[in-house]
Amino acid sequence: MSETTIIQGGTLVLPDTTMKADIIIRDHVIAELGDGLDVPAGATVLNAEGAYVGPAFVDLHAHLREPGGEAAETVATGAAAGVKGGYSALVAMPNTVPAIDSVPVAAHVLELGRRSMLEVVPAGAITLGRRGEHLAPMGELAALGLTFFTDDGTGVQNAGLMRRALLYAKGLGLTLAQHCEDESLAGAGCMNASALSSRLGLAGRPAIAEEAMVARDLLLAQDTGARLHVLHLSTARSLAMVREAQARGVAVTAEVTPHHFTLTEESCAGYDPTFKVHPPLRGSTDVEALRIGLHAGYIDAVATDHAPHAPEMKERPFDEAAPGMLGLETAFSLTLEALGGGEADPVLLFKVLSRTPAHIANLTRHDQRRHGLSAHGGDLSIGTDANLVIVDTSTRSVVNRHDLASLARNTPYEGRSLIGAVRHTVVAGTVALRDGEFTR
Amino acid sequence: MSADSLIGGNLLSIEDLSADGLAEVLEVAESFVEVNGRSVKKIPVLKGRVIASLFFEESTRTRLSFETAAKRLSADVLSLAVASSSVKKGESLKDTIETIEALGIDAVVLRHRSSGAAHQVSRWVKEAKVINAGDGTHEHPSQALIDLFTVRRAVAERRGVDSRGSGLALLAGARVLIIGDIVHSRVARSEMLAYAKAGAQVRVIGPGTLVPGNVEIYGAERAENLDVELAEADVVSLLRMQEERGSGRFVPSLHEFSTLYGIDERRARLIRDDAVITHPGPMVRGVEVSSLVADDPRMVVREQVTNGVPIRMAILFLALSTRGEMVNV
Ligand SMILES: [Zn+2]
Repeated sequence: MSETTIIQGGTLVLPDTTMKADIIIRDHVIAELGDGLDVPAGATVLNAEGAYVGPAFVDLHAHLREPGGEAAETVATGAAAGVKGGYSALVAMPNTVPAIDSVPVAAHVLELGRRSMLEVVPAGAITLGRRGEHLAPMGELAALGLTFFTDDGTGVQNAGLMRRALLYAKGLGLTLAQHCEDESLAGAGCMNASALSSRLGLAGRPAIAEEAMVARDLLLAQDTGARLHVLHLSTARSLAMVREAQARGVAVTAEVTPHHFTLTEESCAGYDPTFKVHPPLRGSTDVEALRIGLHAGYIDAVATDHAPHAPEMKERPFDEAAPGMLGLETAFSLTLEALGGGEADPVLLFKVLSRTPAHIANLTRHDQRRHGLSAHGGDLSIGTDANLVIVDTSTRSVVNRHDLASLARNTPYEGRSLIGAVRHTVVAGTVALRDGEFTR
Repeated sequence: MSADSLIGGNLLSIEDLSADGLAEVLEVAESFVEVNGRSVKKIPVLKGRVIASLFFEESTRTRLSFETAAKRLSADVLSLAVASSSVKKGESLKDTIETIEALGIDAVVLRHRSSGAAHQVSRWVKEAKVINAGDGTHEHPSQALIDLFTVRRAVAERRGVDSRGSGLALLAGARVLIIGDIVHSRVARSEMLAYAKAGAQVRVIGPGTLVPGNVEIYGAERAENLDVELAEADVVSLLRMQEERGSGRFVPSLHEFSTLYGIDERRARLIRDDAVITHPGPMVRGVEVSSLVADDPRMVVREQVTNGVPIRMAILFLALSTRGEMVNV
């Protein structure tokens, strides 16, 4: 017996417009749409007055750390953080221990996902152990429903191997996602290479380390005809190259993270490893270019690169601390802020946080073959899976790391006042978050 | 007393000091030179205070220099031989600092292989003052203060004037040439900042891979022609090639570095007779300098070592003083 829910008084965000309407959810799908619908007997009522109702968010880039990194995060706690952040689906990065490079590990993560508050689809590794030497069994993993492959944490350094991987992935209809940083250029760098890194005596990871690999992979993608997704693009020049390739018809998409369009390298000036991340936080020119690109609709997706770490991995000297920062619970607000806060275009907001990432991760169709994963990033039409989020765009709140649902505490936004709030999250027809609180 | 005096503060970077604050350290150090000349070299100004010396990277000379300075001021020294302690077994830097501070200390002298370690420690301690004794490739402020102090005294001697009370006058306008691996050198960073603060004209030269592209942020300029620069310099600062930081991988060979940037007898003859040549030590004969030049009378390496103690006495004394209650020494 499934629950019935009515979402009342909200503004629906459709793929190209908005519309005032109520939604009734029954049997996990959007059953009725219309103005002033009667409350069905026994229905849960979600108040959406003054809020936007849209497809719940889809994150292309979440490090859920399980298996192997349970001191930092588990699939369950990462999923909870996702629900609090308005997400219904997360792509779990494969840099776990062991890596998601085999059927048993992928099946294990899928099973952990099924027991979590939202839908988790693992990304598979491109190479065995993410070592960049030998192709992982992408075909076997694809049979489990995996369509998105990456060695994230590092990029595939060897151009010949990357080309082979693209050709192989193309034959299976898969997408390869690349962490673009050439290690021979990034080396032991731990922040953006700049006058500031020189002054701080910290080895730099130059923009060119990213851009050289973006350029290489765009050429390889064009040459092979395979689908490429550029993870956490962080420089103006990377964005310009991706746009130029898209204009030429190369099958490439790109994501940016909230931290790359919100924070600058100046955050590293106090040697606080909370701000250490790969690719590194850049200078204000790059940050501004990403904000402009996001606002102009040049960027396909906002992805979190949610990277939880146990405190002892961050309470270290800057060069020895683990890279990465939390993102799931703050991504919506930071994206809203970058798009203009209360003035933001809601269509664009849901496009970058939900519809396009759902498309890139192949999550737009209800797919029994994929263990009953539902459809995400939908158009809110009747009969579609009810993965929905209801968001306020005017309220403000201050980030307190002790309030996070994530097991880890490494948010770079501690004490920051953020605009907007996730009011309710509905995952596959079930209310998972109501008035900002978990329902179970 | 200026706002950026070391009194009651941390010394993490040369930037913690204003020009007046820098001059103040030099003047206080002069008074300690006199103490070091006495038969009883101990004064009771820091009696009852505890100074922890934490060297996460071994440097016998810097550690001994700081510990000697602390003892001459009658402070108790808590010396942690970190290489053999729990830190190696995975205890975090934060835990180590919190444990040490719980023992009741007034100051931490910290040497660490990671840039910024002293800054991080200064956030983790509750009361103790933090003195940076060298952090990664970031800064080594006490060494730069020693170098300025030594140069000031050498210039005063050459001109037959008293260095005491001279402030920064003997350094202002001086042409300082820093040679070698700037990128990996914390001494170079602190020296560039300190000399520039003192009003000197700072120029740096070295292989393209070992000079940062933005030395102007340190108040320095990049020079191109070593022979021309040597002939014009009032102060020549030689740096050690930081082999352990990989500077050897930035040049084809140490031999080639030595050929292009080392001070051999020919280059030594280009340097003016009244110039001062410094080296923070330990000197690698045959790389930065040829063996003959290492014993050149213009070299003040021995004075730099000697002056380490009064400068570090001044640093500890000022950092552990409170404004208004400075004891006469
Ligand atoms: Zn990555």
